Amino acid sequence: MDLTLEVPLRLSVFHFVSGYGCSLFFIKIGAKIQYFKNMNPTIEITAEVEDANDPWADGGQLSYRQLIWRRFRKNRMGVIAGALLLLFYILAIGADFFAPYHYNEINMRLRHVPPQRLHFSVEDGFYVHGLKSVRNPESLELEFTKNLAQRHPVEFFFKDAEGRRHLFSSTGPMFLLGTDRMGRDLLSRIMYGARVSMTLGLVGVFLSIVLGSILGTISGYWGGWVDNLIQRIIEVLSAFPDIPLWMALGAALPPGWSSIQIYFGITIILSIIRWGGLARQVRGKVLAYRESDFVMAARAAGAGHWHIITKHLLPGCYSHIIVIATLAIPGMILGETALSFLGLGIRPPMTSWGVLLEEAQRVTVLLHYPWLIFPAVPVLVVVIAFNFLGDALRDAADPYSD
Amino acid sequence: MKLLQVNDLRKYFPIQKGILQRTVGYVKAVDGISFDVQRGETLGLVGESGCGKTTAGRCLLRLIPPTSGSFIFGEEQVDLAKLTHREMQPFRKRMQMIFQDPHASLNPRMTVADIVGEPMRVNRTEKGTALQDRIVELLESVGLKSQDMRRYPHAFSGGQRQRIGIARALALQPELIVADEPVSALDVSVQAQILNLLAELREEFNLSYIFIAHDLSVVEHISDRVAVMYLGKIVEISDAETLYQSPKHPYTEALISAVPLPDPNAQRKREHIRLEGDVPDPSQPPTGCYFHPRCRYATDICKQETPELQEVSQGVQVACHHSDTLELQGV
Repeated sequence: MDLTLEVPLRLSVFHFVSGYGCSLFFIKIGAKIQYFKNMNPTIEITAEVEDANDPWADGGQLSYRQLIWRRFRKNRMGVIAGALLLLFYILAIGADFFAPYHYNEINMRLRHVPPQRLHFSVEDGFYVHGLKSVRNPESLELEFTKNLAQRHPVEFFFKDAEGRRHLFSSTGPMFLLGTDRMGRDLLSRIMYGARVSMTLGLVGVFLSIVLGSILGTISGYWGGWVDNLIQRIIEVLSAFPDIPLWMALGAALPPGWSSIQIYFGITIILSIIRWGGLARQVRGKVLAYRESDFVMAARAAGAGHWHIITKHLLPGCYSHIIVIATLAIPGMILGETALSFLGLGIRPPMTSWGVLLEEAQRVTVLLHYPWLIFPAVPVLVVVIAFNFLGDALRDAADPYSD
Repeated sequence: MKLLQVNDLRKYFPIQKGILQRTVGYVKAVDGISFDVQRGETLGLVGESGCGKTTAGRCLLRLIPPTSGSFIFGEEQVDLAKLTHREMQPFRKRMQMIFQDPHASLNPRMTVADIVGEPMRVNRTEKGTALQDRIVELLESVGLKSQDMRRYPHAFSGGQRQRIGIARALALQPELIVADEPVSALDVSVQAQILNLLAELREEFNLSYIFIAHDLSVVEHISDRVAVMYLGKIVEISDAETLYQSPKHPYTEALISAVPLPDPNAQRKREHIRLEGDVPDPSQPPTGCYFHPRCRYATDICKQETPELQEVSQGVQVACHHSDTLELQGV
């Protein structure tokens, strides 16, 4: 009787070198133990070290995009950040379904309810306790405490009064993050607010990519006075202090505009100021590639400007553009938050994280209702996640660097 | 039959200073060179780094605009230097370039098929399956396999990449190829392979080469005639064998003495000429003969008068005041 036992062992060793080049080695150790009739085990150990950065490993058939993906996948923080952002975007887009309430569902009798705790019991499943209200004799405000006798079970795929489905909600009041001054559920409002805050970054960055790469390419490719003019414009734009400029532009938006118009107005304001950095980076790359031998070869073959720009110069900039864009999104999100916080951005009834934080502006409000600061948490998480994603993309973007 | 006649090609790069970009001087990268290339011939262009060989090659292909001079090309006797970009277009197909650095001359984001097919796509000479077939044919003619066409340049070695570059240069069936130091970035063993390939392709496609190199031993194998450049000027031009056997210019002699001989005894006996100093700054060239500060035969006349390129015997042109009296050592 022959018995073959294979024990595959996979060890992955990560080493992060601060910000730059994360290289990774897979060490595959397979131990093959064969038992023969005479029970003399022979052990064969093979070890093969496979360098993830070795371009030969792929047979040279992987495209640039596949190579980037290969390296990106190996940066754990980047993957986690990417997954987290994906989750946030899904929640934001499907807010109608994922949020327990509509963002504008006002309940004046349940103002400033503190966050309720979620409990679990075998008979009721998930539930929250009922609320008991007591009027504070000094401030004359209603204050809420738990009513331990009452249990409101959390229902999944809940159908509300208007027939809309929610992932989870409850017949009784269920405010996991509390309510604001108009009795609206903060959790729902954060989910809806993410729609504006998180897409505004994307749309704004898209606009500045378009503007930045067109002007950057023109600037780098043709040079001369065009280059000078564009560079001076960028310098003037970047010399303005951000916040006052935003405020001036934000205040200039006509008050009669609808929420959607305001939304795009803010996006344009943010991207007008942000395209300069991208344009400069693209210009630098274009300048470098313009003199490269492969562009010379294309010119020697008689290729026109359009062919050279679209086939050689811009593809060389894609990785940079993606990285800069990813790193610029958090700036946009913070910009929107800042503007709305100052009351110059998105206006109610539309909501965004900045609008939510605006309500937590006064110290007395924070003192009495500290949960209103909670919208700062998703801002923090999203901004950090975008930064990690950007770093990971930057490390992955240059498969030929080593 | 003459394919190309270059007359008095000059390329001056302005030196600009200050905010107003005032021109304060010129770098005379190529300072009036004249030569011709016969059909089917290889002309070697040799010189140290910075002597203007590459600039001359790029001017010829109109990749950079020449300051002055004329290039009479083909049977039509067209002066390429005076054409507009649009008029130049049909001539671009007829002259191509092979680059020095096989890593920089291939776009890392394009597959081999895209790289080799690009000239044909740009000029709309082939498309569809005909294009694919032509790419395979080109790859096979430079010694690559057809399945290589889907791979990216990073998967190839330096020699293989240079073969891709050669395939690209052949794509439009040119008559003249300017090879800008095509082997200087390669290992010695690979150099020989590429040189042999270039020689075979010359026979197969009836090509003419302008072969730029800094190493005389490389040029020796492939060239019919050799032009030696120093500081933007041609100092000697003659057929390869004569140049090696009996150089007429002291600079050529020095270059030849730097070529190692295969026989160690001969190598030991030979006198080595070590040139003093570096190539002078081309924005401030020396007076008289540009080579005189480094020349061991220099006399007073060399410091004052610039020697012209003169024919000293059949097919041998030299720019030296003492070319008729000097007995210079060859190989």
